Amino acid sequence: MAKRLTGIEIYKLLPRTNCRDCGFPTCMAFAMQVAAKKVALDQCPHVSEEAKAALGEAQAPPMRTVTIGTGDRAWEVGGETVLFRHEEKFHRPCAIAVRVPDDLPPQELSARVKEATSLRFVRIGQEIGVNLIAVEHRGGDFPTAVQAAREASDLPLMLICEDPDLLGKALAACGDGRPLLYPATSGNLEAMAALAVEHSCPLGVKGDGVEGLAALTGKLKELGVEDLVLDPGARGLLPTLTALVHLRRLALVKTFRPVGYPTLAFAVGDDPYELLAQGVAYVCKYASVVVFPPIGPELALPLLAARQNIYTDPQVPNAIEAKLYEVGGPGPDSPVLVTTNFALTYFTVEGEVERSKVPAYIAVIDTEGLGVLNAYADDRLTAEKIIKTVREYGVMDRVNHGKIIIPGLVAVLKMEIQEETGWEVIVGPEDAAGIPAFLKNEWKPN
Amino acid sequence: MAIEVPDVRESFSQAIYTVTLGATPQEGGTRERLITVGGERALPFHHFDGEIPHPPVVAMEVWDIPPQDWPPVVRAPFQDVFDDPGEWAKKCVEEYGAALICLRLVGCDPNGANRSPQEAVQAVRRVLEAVKVPLIIWGCGVPDKDNDVFPSVAEAAQGENCLLGTITEDNYKTLTALATAYGHKVIAESPVDINIAKQVNILAMDAGFPLEGLVMYPSTAALGYGLEYVYTIMERTRIAGLRGDKLMAMPMLVDVGREVWGVKEARAPVEEQPEWGDERARGPFWEAATAYTYLLAGADILIMRHPEAVRATKLAIGKLMGEGA
Repeated sequence: MAKRLTGIEIYKLLPRTNCRDCGFPTCMAFAMQVAAKKVALDQCPHVSEEAKAALGEAQAPPMRTVTIGTGDRAWEVGGETVLFRHEEKFHRPCAIAVRVPDDLPPQELSARVKEATSLRFVRIGQEIGVNLIAVEHRGGDFPTAVQAAREASDLPLMLICEDPDLLGKALAACGDGRPLLYPATSGNLEAMAALAVEHSCPLGVKGDGVEGLAALTGKLKELGVEDLVLDPGARGLLPTLTALVHLRRLALVKTFRPVGYPTLAFAVGDDPYELLAQGVAYVCKYASVVVFPPIGPELALPLLAARQNIYTDPQVPNAIEAKLYEVGGPGPDSPVLVTTNFALTYFTVEGEVERSKVPAYIAVIDTEGLGVLNAYADDRLTAEKIIKTVREYGVMDRVNHGKIIIPGLVAVLKMEIQEETGWEVIVGPEDAAGIPAFLKNEWKPN
Repeated sequence: MAIEVPDVRESFSQAIYTVTLGATPQEGGTRERLITVGGERALPFHHFDGEIPHPPVVAMEVWDIPPQDWPPVVRAPFQDVFDDPGEWAKKCVEEYGAALICLRLVGCDPNGANRSPQEAVQAVRRVLEAVKVPLIIWGCGVPDKDNDVFPSVAEAAQGENCLLGTITEDNYKTLTALATAYGHKVIAESPVDINIAKQVNILAMDAGFPLEGLVMYPSTAALGYGLEYVYTIMERTRIAGLRGDKLMAMPMLVDVGREVWGVKEARAPVEEQPEWGDERARGPFWEAATAYTYLLAGADILIMRHPEAVRATKLAIGKLMGEGA
């Protein structure tokens, strides 16, 4: 098995001339940088083809990235590099799949597929939603069901069918969308591999534990299938969590290539809370695809929010551009609200202003991504800054009332702004949730 | 051909401190059940790495005055007991299986009901009489008032080994001294900041309070409202503790219910947000999902409100501890 090479091992493959053409003072210095994955090997213009071949495999990412589906709704999974988000970030949000059995009456099948597809929400300016429709063979007419699902949804498909002949029939009708095929097992390996190659589809492999999986992926690679997604076969909360942690550590800590692929987990059971617990746990701990039975919006929303949170890049301040925002086509009579550029604060305020149906200007102050209270405590939301920013935006010239609404949490800034500018400063609600009532009942331009 | 799979188990040099709450009559209290948390030598539910001797526990919230801002979904189960902290606590323990009661002295807030230390003591006594589980007693959060109220409260609960909160970077002397004098443990609060978290522990230690008597509260955010920051601070804290940093090796507490029931996704009626579905399901789901996430980050004590979310969280803890496997 190929292991990641050390700096010394890489050094031995280099010309060792210290020619500096790579930009580093010595071959050793360059080798250390390559080992740390800071630079690519081909930055050395003299490196031999043999060295490239030897390094190519070893320098490949420890976990493969796999694309499911095609077009706008295609979803990439895997390619993860760390165990904990603070070490870098989690790169590719796991796909949420919803299962639909093929033995449903056609109309109901279509309805369920449409329901799952419609589970899309906008949070903090991002659209979050279900990513895959998993059509499952349960004794019905699989090819017809797959066709129906495809017509009812633009989401990529996962095709769950252990019988390669039947799966082949479904693929013959609609195999061009790169659906995720599942499951390849020790019993059907060659035939499933052939289908994956023929239709260039990613393939879900179900193994008996980590050892079982490792044996299967080697054979699949020989058969020409490398876009794999691994199901360790565990079911239930703790066994699945345990298997997912093992797979992630093997792939990233041990660079154990046989399991260097994205992973697949199933949330199972009848109690919606148990489904949610499994979903949240597998999102936090390392699943690349999580398959659910049909779920409603009440459950989908927290699940998708958890995924959004966990996959947020911890290195990027969660800020939006500080500028004047217009909601609902405001005019001279419209209120002017001040808030910060912390994304969560802004989008909460924006959402509430929209809900109030009162067109408004939102003057966003650059607080370097801090919320109202933190920004105030840190001197990044001061009367001076509010005055300067609001003047720069020129918004007070566009309204006829000379009034400005500041967040209730910084009511203390009212007098200073008022005295300095002559604007009438109105203290708004402390919580954004109070904005609709405030704008409807208390806001009056004149 | 069998493939040899590398061993990925990780062993840690230090276990998290074990904290026991409550005291039996033999120990000078009146509790019938004690609760012990901490002691783990592994990341959350990574049983293969090391021992996890005590499961996380769910505390339910009781107030000294009837709450005004709880939305209908989470008011409904307690509507009949809001006027009496004792009955309220009893319902939490007997009907909903709370392992602990968190009595929150909201009524003492000088900007609210501004109740006296004596009134706070009455509430504490009521709850101590009504239930036999250990208590968390949480001040109103206004430092001067808390320092005014806690001397009487800590004394009234003398010997009961309660968990009192909170101490902060700026206000830790009074409460640590009281906890030492009357035999209680303390919640060390920090504002989603790992350095301040450690600093509060150091301050408590320097004030003569044992590290083994602290439970860390890294602040809490609801799912969708900054949860990822707290999640990661908790993961980093736990890893540091397990790898040998004694100043970070405390059990951790999250205040789930208070945060969750303030956010729109838990509160908004379906008439306002038709695409979000029925709030009677959605609200408790939001609370449970927040709790599940923090369990994975290392929470040892979760303070919660809705009985359904409490039931579900306890069930998940059981599964994660390997029950029924």
